[in-house]
Amino acid sequence: MARIIAGVASSHVPAIGAAIDNKQTEEPYWKRVFSGFEKSKAWMEKTKPDVAIVVYNDHASAFSVEIVPTFALGCASEFPPADEGWGPRPVPVVQGHPELASHIAQSVILDEFDLTICNKMEVDHGLTVPMNLLFGSPQEWPCPVIPLAVNVVLYPPPTAHRCYMLGKAIRKAVESYPEDLRVVIFGTGGMSHQISGPRAGLINSKFDKAFLDNLSKNPKKLTKISHLELMREAGAEGIEMVMWLVMRGALDDKVDETYRFYTVPASNTAVGHIILEPKKRSAGKAKRPTPKRVTNKRPTNKRPTKMKRAAARTKTAVRRSR
Amino acid sequence: MARKDTARKEQEYDDIPGTFVFDAERSRKGFGINMFCMSLMKDENRKAFKANEPEYLKRFNLTPQQEEAILKRDYNRMLELGGNIYFTAKLGATDGHSFRHLAAVMTSSTQDDYAAMMLAGGRSADGNRSKTGRKTPSMLVGSAKKASSQKSGAAKSSKAKPGKPKSKTPSKSRSNRG
Repeated sequence: MARIIAGVASSHVPAIGAAIDNKQTEEPYWKRVFSGFEKSKAWMEKTKPDVAIVVYNDHASAFSVEIVPTFALGCASEFPPADEGWGPRPVPVVQGHPELASHIAQSVILDEFDLTICNKMEVDHGLTVPMNLLFGSPQEWPCPVIPLAVNVVLYPPPTAHRCYMLGKAIRKAVESYPEDLRVVIFGTGGMSHQISGPRAGLINSKFDKAFLDNLSKNPKKLTKISHLELMREAGAEGIEMVMWLVMRGALDDKVDETYRFYTVPASNTAVGHIILEPKKRSAGKAKRPTPKRVTNKRPTNKRPTKMKRAAARTKTAVRRSR
Repeated sequence: MARKDTARKEQEYDDIPGTFVFDAERSRKGFGINMFCMSLMKDENRKAFKANEPEYLKRFNLTPQQEEAILKRDYNRMLELGGNIYFTAKLGATDGHSFRHLAAVMTSSTQDDYAAMMLAGGRSADGNRSKTGRKTPSMLVGSAKKASSQKSGAAKSSKAKPGKPKSKTPSKSRSNRG
């Protein structure tokens, strides 16, 4: 069975890609940004996922205004880097995983998420910059990638809640894939930034930090956040952060926060990054099945009611007193 | 077929100052602007545009206002008339301008001042949440109280305030309470 072994969120600022491509990563301005990803790269090297699902958005590269799919899943065997006006980024062609991708498409569509399927697609900095930040700049990317492009350019993007639920459906799809694959899912974009209009340059660190805290500990709260609040507090383009919730939805409700990094600015944007992993269970509980998801209705996994928990506590207390 | 420039329907997010949300209506009206910008991804088109800008723009069924905004490189007006920043940035690149140049134009600032603002932590959300100073409750951060110290005079202005520490303008206006 395939399973999701971690979630990663990261900004995907184009200037970060330009700094890598122009070999400016050692300049003090950029070093501040890149140094925050050193531990993450080491973590990724140790983690060695078999596949990465990367939730990102296209920036007028693969999709113009002619066709604007809300969720578009890349099912091709490869995804060339797009020419974003300065020639394609000098990064390796992204290899896909068509088998798992089409399995996910089939599963989540039957789960009532009406995805668009892309059998030919170019990918822009929205996908390749987080790849660089986590995998460095190798000759070949170390694992196949399934791109999931989310519309966050044309208002309205899918809601935070919808993104979160799609994450759950993706997890269900991954876990019904027979091959043993270890999958890492990326949510990209954000954090607070606005690059359009007279309010360009907006940054809201207080909001970003609250977002990171909740992403880690209380993601359900974030599913209730409105687009209006996201744009007001985190900038018109900060609305990209809904994509982080696809990643979060694919993880357990309770997770361990392995790593976090935040810095302002990279170009016009607050850079945020987090790594979340399933809670490490004590040896005795190691064989317990993964905590259930909303769609799974088996009563065995149900959290005991308040009264039952209280009763259990009393029993323990009685046992202890003996 | 000529497109009519009908009045924009007021949306709740129009209350966010200095922001032109690229919604369905703007997308529909601005289709020509964005398709023009997209065409600049090809070198032959960039050359044709540069050789005769008004002539090249005739290909895109633009309104006179849209055409004027493009020729004048009025980036805010382009956004207002349905352009999207990821598209209009391609026009900036065709002119050989950095994004910082566009940001300075849109914020009526200089490139140096804009860069300095970003380095100092960016433009604060305080004072930049609402044109009307109405209450802007946030689920994540308690901004509702702060809304009361926003200026009320900015109701019609699309200008956003710079990212300096917010001056505590004592406000007597009741409208600030939303």
